[in-house]
Amino acid sequence: MKVKMLSRNPDNYVRETKLDLQRVPRNYDPALHPFEVPREYVRALNATKLERVFAKPFLASLDGHRDGVNCLAKHPENLATVLSGACDGEVRIWNLTQRNCIRTIQAHEGFVRGICTRFCGTSFFTVGDDKTVKQWKMDGPGYGDEEEPLHTILGKTVYTGIDHHWKEAVFATCGQQVDIWDEQRTNPICSMTWGFDSISSVKFNPIETFLLGSCASDRNIVLYDMRQATPLKKVILDMRTNTICWNPMEAFIFTAANEDYNLYTFDMRALDTPVMVHMDHVSAVLDVDYSPTGKEFVSASFDKSIRIFPVDKSRSREVYHTKRMQHVICVKWTSDSKYIMCGSDEMNIRLWKANASEKLGVLTSREKAAKDYNQKLKEKFQHYPHIKRIARHRHLPKSIYSQIQEQRIMKEARRRKEVNRIKHSKPGSVPIVSEKKKHVVAVVK
Amino acid sequence: MTANRLAESLLALSQQEELADLPKDYLLSESEDEGDNDGERKHQKLLEAISSLDGKNRRKLAERSEASLKVSEFSVSSEGSGEKLVLADLLEPVKTSSSLATVKKQLSRVKSKKTVELPLNKEEIERIHREVAFNKTAQVLSKWDPVVLKNRQAEQLVFPLEKEEPAIAPIEHVLSGWKARTPLEQEIFNLLHKNKQPVTDPLLTPVEKASLRAMSLEEAKMRRAELQRARALQSYYEAKARREKKIKSKKYHKVVKKGKAKKALKEFEQLRKVNPAAALEELEKIEKARMMERMSLKHQNSGKWAKSKAIMAKYDLEARQAMQEQLSKNKELTQKLQVASESEEEEGGTEDVEELLVPDVVNEVQMNADGPNPWMLRSCTSDTKEAATQEDPEQLPELAAHEVSASGAEERPVAEEEILLREFEERQSLRKRSELNQDAEPASSQETKDSSSQEVLSELRALSQKLKEKHQSRKQKASSEGTVPQVQREEPAPEEEEPLLLQRPERVQTLEELEELGKEDCFQNKELPRPLLEGQQSERTPNNRPDAPKEKKEKEQLINLQNFLTTQSPSVRSLAVPTIIEELEDEEERNHRQMIKEAFAGDDVIRDFLKEKREAVEASKPKDVDLTLPGWGEWGGVGLKPSAKKRRQFLIKAPEGPPRKDKNLPNVIISEKRNIHAAAHQVQVLPYPFTHHRQFERTIQTPIGSTWNTQRAFQKLTTPKVVTKPGHIIKPIKAEDVGYQSSSRSDLPVIQRNPKRITTRHNKEEKL
Repeated sequence: MKVKMLSRNPDNYVRETKLDLQRVPRNYDPALHPFEVPREYVRALNATKLERVFAKPFLASLDGHRDGVNCLAKHPENLATVLSGACDGEVRIWNLTQRNCIRTIQAHEGFVRGICTRFCGTSFFTVGDDKTVKQWKMDGPGYGDEEEPLHTILGKTVYTGIDHHWKEAVFATCGQQVDIWDEQRTNPICSMTWGFDSISSVKFNPIETFLLGSCASDRNIVLYDMRQATPLKKVILDMRTNTICWNPMEAFIFTAANEDYNLYTFDMRALDTPVMVHMDHVSAVLDVDYSPTGKEFVSASFDKSIRIFPVDKSRSREVYHTKRMQHVICVKWTSDSKYIMCGSDEMNIRLWKANASEKLGVLTSREKAAKDYNQKLKEKFQHYPHIKRIARHRHLPKSIYSQIQEQRIMKEARRRKEVNRIKHSKPGSVPIVSEKKKHVVAVVK
Repeated sequence: MTANRLAESLLALSQQEELADLPKDYLLSESEDEGDNDGERKHQKLLEAISSLDGKNRRKLAERSEASLKVSEFSVSSEGSGEKLVLADLLEPVKTSSSLATVKKQLSRVKSKKTVELPLNKEEIERIHREVAFNKTAQVLSKWDPVVLKNRQAEQLVFPLEKEEPAIAPIEHVLSGWKARTPLEQEIFNLLHKNKQPVTDPLLTPVEKASLRAMSLEEAKMRRAELQRARALQSYYEAKARREKKIKSKKYHKVVKKGKAKKALKEFEQLRKVNPAAALEELEKIEKARMMERMSLKHQNSGKWAKSKAIMAKYDLEARQAMQEQLSKNKELTQKLQVASESEEEEGGTEDVEELLVPDVVNEVQMNADGPNPWMLRSCTSDTKEAATQEDPEQLPELAAHEVSASGAEERPVAEEEILLREFEERQSLRKRSELNQDAEPASSQETKDSSSQEVLSELRALSQKLKEKHQSRKQKASSEGTVPQVQREEPAPEEEEPLLLQRPERVQTLEELEELGKEDCFQNKELPRPLLEGQQSERTPNNRPDAPKEKKEKEQLINLQNFLTTQSPSVRSLAVPTIIEELEDEEERNHRQMIKEAFAGDDVIRDFLKEKREAVEASKPKDVDLTLPGWGEWGGVGLKPSAKKRRQFLIKAPEGPPRKDKNLPNVIISEKRNIHAAAHQVQVLPYPFTHHRQFERTIQTPIGSTWNTQRAFQKLTTPKVVTKPGHIIKPIKAEDVGYQSSSRSDLPVIQRNPKRITTRHNKEEKL
C-alpha cells in the first residue's frame, strides 16, 4: 500500500533564531475574509468602549501648599521639575517623578502673582503683591545658608504677571503697563502702555520672540512688538480676557481664556474674527496652556473642571474633574505633551494624563500596533451614532451638568428670539451675525 | 477816523465783490435771479461789516487780505497796477543796488518753500506708528504660513521636531574596547590582520601604498597621454565610419565592396607566394568567417561566402577538399533539422544550365500529384508544361526519389498554410456573420458578399503576403542546401551564375502563389466558374486529378462555415424556475440526493419560499382605504351591509407603488423596508469633511486591518498623526528647524541699543 505523506520544507516555517517573529502564512484573498466593514465596525465599537473603560486620567495630587495655588511654571530643561506659587506668597518646587516637594520658599508677602523660569533653567522669577520682582536660583542654598533671592526689584505698582523671553536675558512684567526688563538692570528698558487699565497677564511669543500679548481688565487683548517698543493692535471682546497663550508651533496663533466661558483662538494678523470659538465651560475660563505639539490646549475654569480642546474644534474632547477639586486657577501642559498639571483653589496641584486611556510606560511593538489600529478604527467610525455616543459620553458633576442644561436652554431661547426678530422685521434690516463675530466688540488700530 | 476808513474799505470791498463775482456768475449761470443773489450777498457783507464795528472783530477785519483800491496801512494792494504784488517789489522803490539781489533771491527761496504743516497730535502719531509696526510684524509672520499649512496637512508629525544628532564616536574609540567574540567576527579580524589593514587608523593599507609607489608621476602622465591619444583616434575612426555608413549611394558601396574584395584577393595571392603558411592561416580565417556566416544562417548567394568560395576554388584544391568535408559536416548538422531533405533547387543546381527551371516545375507537378498543397494546384503554366516535356526520361526515377523528400520538406509549410487558411476562413466568416446580423436578411447574403469582397480582398492580400514570406524563408533554406551537393559532386558548374539560378525559381513560385491566391479569392467571393486554366491543367497533368476534389471539399468547407454561421444558436433555457432538477447519471449522486430528500421529506423549501415571497409582496403593496361608515344615510345593523355604491364611493384606491426590485428575481426577496435595528448603527447625515456620500462610503469600505492588508500596508494605514517620544522635551518650533534663517537681530527694543535716547525717554517718563 502506498502511503501518502505531506512533506514540507522546514525553511518555510522554522525561525532562524528564537528572537525572530513566527512566520504566519497568510492568504489575503478577500473571499476568505468577508464582512470587512461589519467586522471593523465591531472592532471600532469595542475599541471605543475599552477606551472609556481604561480612561483613568488622574495620576497624582501634589499637596503641601497652605493656600490656593495661584501660578505654575514648567522647568525648561527638566521634565520632572515644576514650580508653583500660592496665594500666601509661598513658592514650591516639586519633583513629579517622586511626587513630592523638594523646596519651599517664602517668596512674597501676599499673593505670588506670577512665576516664570529662565530659558536656561538656572533661575526663576516671581512677582508678588508686595510690588517686587524677585529672581531665584533653581538650586537650593547650601546647608545653613539662608534662602535669598538673587535679585530683587522694587517697583512702584503691583505686578500681576511675568513672563521670560525665550532666548535672551529679558523678561516682561505687567501691571499698570507692560514693562520689559533687562535682567541686569533695576529699571525697565521700555514700558509700553495703551489705555489705563490693569493688565492681568503678559506672554512672549515662543517662535517670533519679539512679540508679546497681554490682556487687560478693560476687556481687551493688546499685542506688542518689543523691537519697535510699540503696541501693535488691540481687540476688545465682550468680556474680560483672563490670560492668553501662544501656539508653540504656529507663530501667529494664540488662544484667549475669557470670562464669558469661552476661549477664542485668534490669528494675530486678523483680529476681527477669531479663528475658532471654543465653548464648553460653564463658568469663567481662568487659564489656558497649549500642548507642545500645538494641536491641542487645556483650559482651567472656575467651574472646577479642566477641559482639553483640539485647536480646530469648537467643542472639547475631554473634561477632567474630581470631587475635591475646586476652582482651577492655573494649568500647564508638560513639555513632553503627555501630562497636564493644574493648580486649584483648594491648595493642591493635580497631575493628569493628557490622553485619559493611554497606557503609561514602554509599549511593545505589538501593543503599539494595536493602539494605532484602534485609534484609526475609532477615527474611521467616529461618525457612527453608537460609537459617537460612547466616545462622547462623560460623567459630569451635578453642578456642571445642570449648568450645561441651563445654559443650553438660555442659548436656545436667545437663538429663538433672534430668529423671531429676523422673521418679523424687514428682510436685511436685522443683520445675521455669526457666532465667531458676535463676541468681538472692536479692533483698535 | 476809523469809522471813516472802514466805510471806505467797505465801499472798496463791495466794488471788488462785484468785480470778482461777475465772471464767476457769468460762467456759472445765466439765470434771472443772479442780480438778486448778488444783492443779498452784498447785504450780508454790509451787515457783517457793521456788526464788526463794535470792536471785537476789528483786528480780523484789518487782516483781510483782499485787495482794495485804497492803500491801507494794514494791507497791501496791487489793484491799481493790475498785476500781482511780488515780495521783491517792495524793495524796488529804494535804490537799485546789486546788494539787494541776494536778498531778493533769498526772499524768492523763502516764498518757494511751503510752510511746514502742523505736527499731528500724539495719539495720531502713535496710531500711525502702531499701524506701521503691525504691518511689518504681519509681514514677518507671513513667512510662517507655508510651514503652518504643511504641518496642519502633514500625514504624520514626529515630535520633537529637531533631530538629535547621534553622537558619532570615532572608530578608534570603538575598536579599542572591541573584542572579537563570535566566530564570524574573529574571521573578519583575521582577514583584516592578514592584509595588514590598519584597524584604528583609517589611512591607506600597505598594499595601497605600494601600488601608489609603483608608478611615478611622469609614467602615469605618459600613460594617460597615450590612452587619451588612443581614445581620440578611436573616436576619429568611429566618426569616419559613421560618416561613410551614412552615404546612401548604392554605387558607392558597391565600389567600396568590390575594392575591398580585390584588395583581399591581391593580398592573399601575394601572401600565397611569399608565405604559404600565412596564406593558409588567412584561408582558415576566411573559413572561420564562413562558419560564422553559416551559423548565423545568412545565406544570400551574393554573400561573402560565395566570394570566398570562389577564391578558394580558383587556387586551392586541398582547401576545397577540406571545405567540402566541412560542408558535409555542416550538412549533417543541418540534416538533423530536416531529415533527408533535398529541395528542388538542389536538384536544379545539379541540372544543366539550360534546364534551369525544370526541376522546380517538375517538383511542383509531383507535389500536386501528392496533393498536400492546394495552393500549388493551378500553378502549371505554359512554361511548366514545356519543362515537363523537356524532361529527360532518365531523370524521372531520380525525380521520383526526390519527390518523397520534397514532400517531406513541404509538409511543414503546408501545415502552416492550412493554419493560415483556416484563420482566413474564420475571419471571413466572422465578418459575414456580423453583416448577416446587421442585415437580418439571409436573402441578401449574396449582395453582402459582393460588398464585402473588397474587404476580403484586402484581407487576402495580407494573407498572401504572409504566405509569400513563409515561402521565401523556405526557399532560402532550400537554396542554401542546394549549394551543398553541387560541391559534393564536384561537377564543373559555373559558379558565377549560381545565385541567379537559385533566385529565379523562388521568385517564380511566389508569383504563382499570388496568382493562385487571387484565383481562390475569386472562387470564394464571386462564385465565378473556374478558369479554363484548370481544365487545361487537369487535361495535361493527370496526376493532378485526385487533388481537385480536395480543393472542392475545401470550398465546401468554406460554404459550410457560412451555413454554420447562419444557423441559430440553441435557445437558452430560462432561469425562471427557481431550481432546475437535472438528471444525474451517477448512481452515487442519485443516492445522495435521495438521502437528502428523505432527510428533508417534510419541508418543501421551494414552496415555502414562494409562499413567503408572495406574502412579502402582498404586505408591501399599498392598501386601499375604506371610508364607508355603515349606517350613515341608510339603515345599519347586524346583517346589513352598506350598499355597493356607497362602498365604491368611499373606497380610496391606493396608488400603485413603484415596482419591486425583486420582481424579476424569482429566488430572491428584497425587503425595501427600513430596518430600525440596523438604522441605529447607520450614519444618518453626511459627516463634515465629505462632500458626497460615495466618498464616505468608500472610506468606510476600505478595510485597514491586518486581516485584509499586508503588514506594510497595515503599518502605513495606521500611522498615527502625531508621534511623541516619551521623556523628550518638545521645544517650540524654531526658524532653523524649518530651514529659515533666524534673525540675527536681537529682540531688544531699539532704544535699548542706543542708550542716548533711553536716558531722555526715561527722564521724560520720570517727569511725567
